[in-house]
Amino acid sequence: MELRIDKVRKEFDRFPALHETSLDIRSGELIALLGPSGSGKTTLLRLIAGLEQPTDGAIFFGDEDASHRSVQDRNVGFVFQHYALFRHMTVLDNIAFGLNVRPAAIRPPKREIERRVLELLDLVQLPGLEKRYPNQLSGGQRQRVALARALAIEPRVLLLDEPFGALDAQVRKGLRKWLREIHDQTGHTTVFVTHDQEEALELADRVVVMSQGRIEQVGTADDIYDRPTSPFVFSFIGESNALPIRIETGQAWLADRPLGIDVSGEADGPATLYFRPQDIEILTDPPGGGLAGPVAAQRRVAGTRHLELEIGGDRTRVEIEVPADYPIGETGRVAFKPKRWRLYRNDGASGN
Amino acid sequence: MALSATASGWRFKQPSVIPGFGLTLGFTLTYLTLIVLIPLAGLGVRSAALGWSGIWTIATDPRVVQALRVSFSTSLIAALINAVFGVIVAWVLVRYRFPGRRILDAIVDLPFALPTAVAGIALTALYAPNGWIGQYLAPYGIRLAYTPTGIVIALIFIGLPFMVRTVQPVMEEISREVEEAAATLGANRFQTISRIILPGLAPAILTGFALAFGRAVGEYGSVIFIAGNIPYVSEIAPLLIVIRLEEYNYAGATTIALIMLIFSFAVLLAINLIQAWSRRRFGYGN
Amino acid sequence: MATDITPAAADRRRGWSDPVAERPIARAILIGIALSFLALVLVIPLVAVFTEALRNGLGAALAALREPDALAAIKLTLLVAAIAVPLNLVFGVAAAWAIAKFEFKGKAFLITLIDLPFSVSPVIAGLIYILLFGAGSVLGPYLQSYGVQILFAVPGIVLATIFVTFPFVARELIPLMQDQGTGEEEAAISLGANGWQTFWRVTLPNIKWGLLYGVLLCNARAMGEFGAVSVISGRLRGQTNTMPLHVEILYNEYNFSAAFAVASLLALLALVTLVLKALLELRYSRDSVGH
Repeated sequence: MELRIDKVRKEFDRFPALHETSLDIRSGELIALLGPSGSGKTTLLRLIAGLEQPTDGAIFFGDEDASHRSVQDRNVGFVFQHYALFRHMTVLDNIAFGLNVRPAAIRPPKREIERRVLELLDLVQLPGLEKRYPNQLSGGQRQRVALARALAIEPRVLLLDEPFGALDAQVRKGLRKWLREIHDQTGHTTVFVTHDQEEALELADRVVVMSQGRIEQVGTADDIYDRPTSPFVFSFIGESNALPIRIETGQAWLADRPLGIDVSGEADGPATLYFRPQDIEILTDPPGGGLAGPVAAQRRVAGTRHLELEIGGDRTRVEIEVPADYPIGETGRVAFKPKRWRLYRNDGASGN
Repeated sequence: MALSATASGWRFKQPSVIPGFGLTLGFTLTYLTLIVLIPLAGLGVRSAALGWSGIWTIATDPRVVQALRVSFSTSLIAALINAVFGVIVAWVLVRYRFPGRRILDAIVDLPFALPTAVAGIALTALYAPNGWIGQYLAPYGIRLAYTPTGIVIALIFIGLPFMVRTVQPVMEEISREVEEAAATLGANRFQTISRIILPGLAPAILTGFALAFGRAVGEYGSVIFIAGNIPYVSEIAPLLIVIRLEEYNYAGATTIALIMLIFSFAVLLAINLIQAWSRRRFGYGN
Repeated sequence: MATDITPAAADRRRGWSDPVAERPIARAILIGIALSFLALVLVIPLVAVFTEALRNGLGAALAALREPDALAAIKLTLLVAAIAVPLNLVFGVAAAWAIAKFEFKGKAFLITLIDLPFSVSPVIAGLIYILLFGAGSVLGPYLQSYGVQILFAVPGIVLATIFVTFPFVARELIPLMQDQGTGEEEAAISLGANGWQTFWRVTLPNIKWGLLYGVLLCNARAMGEFGAVSVISGRLRGQTNTMPLHVEILYNEYNFSAAFAVASLLALLALVTLVLKALLELRYSRDSVGH
């Protein structure tokens, strides 16, 4: 099922939770909505489900305008952050619920429902647990039951709100892989919300990065990581440094020193230089441009070492990655040059 | 961990750095024993002195049997009515926002705070044949006061807050997510309420019902004014205890009290069992 | 909920419904049922008390309260509450401290025992003291020989009142203190505070609203108790009459407006209790939001 979000906007008591947003989701795609809390990602998910009504705009399921349909009629599988299992029902009754509440005319016979539930339990790798109550399951098991319950109604799209948010790191990693497998197996169009970039980048076909009620960028993990289109995305994904600079006569300047990076074609004026700690090149013979400064702090990060340098007259701190055994000279100064970087003009344009 | 540290593996109290355990527990037990346990034990001693045959003779006295029957049946009806309306009241107070809600919420506790005798004379003033409400019913031959129906009215008044206050906090805890989950799975509002919300509230409703029922059976002050107290018709068991006492028939009073106490303990036990079962099965009590 | 929707959007989603709300008509019916029920069961009786009291005018009502017997009943009621409430307050705090701050065997059973007076008929509460101190008992004649009169006198009334109001404060504090755990007390003690300092400076400020609430309910019940006191008092007019008993006597003498006048004083006490309780809850919820 294709999904089309067409100029949708949502306000809560005049507070804009989601500014006008459009997004196309392809059939069978696994999409992540990624952003910090308050970015509008959960609101967007709930609008798709029909749990909220948009202030303006429309949501299309395929060619059909679903906006006028209530959540009951939309036939979406929704997995809630805290699973929302029915505590007084067994696992079997939980998963069967969506089928049991159908009108008699389209309700499968009892035995058929049970057969399907057992099949789903196999799919989510929980065979034999149908008689248990949610209270008797671990967090990971509850999550699987919640997914099986959502799949039982043969949803047109599958929506997951922070599906692994309440689990500990170990279980999380396992379930992540498993969700990808289920998705590939069932082929549902799937949208999930997360604030964990690792989860989004690893799991999704495409990632929708959101901030303050707006979509910042839509793209594959490579797009998002290597070609961030906005300072927000650059700094939100991975580690990054931001350095205010000035462009003059085709050169990038920090105060009175040229950085030695090629900015030909850029108009003159102030800009911000973004680069990642690992995308740098250490300069051994300082003169001839580059950035240099005293080491203000250092810390060991796994196989490498991160140095914090104080750069320029106003001592802007930047972080760079060096080999763990990198010798810091007696002067305590390190000079480097960004190898890969992006320039964001303060008026919003960008380039590299 | 603390248990395995001791040689015996059993200790009365877990170690703690907080002082005052001996003092507070000692005072608690002493006070409890003096005020509650010894007097109650006295009742047991008196009953034992009567012997089985003595108790049986008094307990099967037709007037006693009828008084107990009146007490239990009116209490049961009142508790059932409260179960229905108490849940609706709790739902409205928890879920809806309307002017005056806070006042309404506060007034639910009125029966806790209003002396029972005051409630009794007020209800009688309303439902007596010449009362505020009674006068409109009398022409149709409907009599509420001075009949078992009057007793039920008083017991509804007494029991209502038990029902509402037991169900209300559990209702507040129902997560929005659970209701939304039911909706995404296709359940309409009626199905969500009848299959998800009410079954989830069942332990609380049962507990509230047991509390209201238990309290109603022992109720005295609010009932005696409106009941008419006609032996064999609208005479409740607690009143019969008072009558026996006034006759200096201590054996009679003790026996009726014993039967009612046993019932009270049964209700207490039932409430504890409901909550233990519910906690074990669903992971939540009440 | 329906605010901030553009007309075009509103038109498009006529079939949409809020997944966690009832239809407006169902909501209106439910509110109607609840309001009618509460009005019929609670509000109208309360109004009746005051209306009946003022039937012969405010002057008559006040005169009924100035009767020597009425004044004696008011005094006795205040005296009984002034003894019973502080005792149960101390007990409640001690019991809650032992139960909430420590783990020991038989705790659940102890809680059940503390709750016991709630499930005992007030009439039986009176009866057990009559059996304990009455003519046929061991204690009664012994105390009598020393001139100590328990039954049909103030001590008996106080005892019965303590019994029926026994669990109120404890019941309020135990869950509250259990929720709060022992972390803050342990911190205070690790910082060098002794037991009393810990209680006064750490525990008490945390439980003050719950404590006050328990005291309020305890007091309301202590002043209003009828059944237990009625059994034990012997109803000596002007000597062992509390206000509720005085109401009964006046009522049985067909002195209705005087009965309702005294009753309205008790009803006023109930209303004050409810208002204070509502204010406490407001205060309390604000406090816990701040945590």
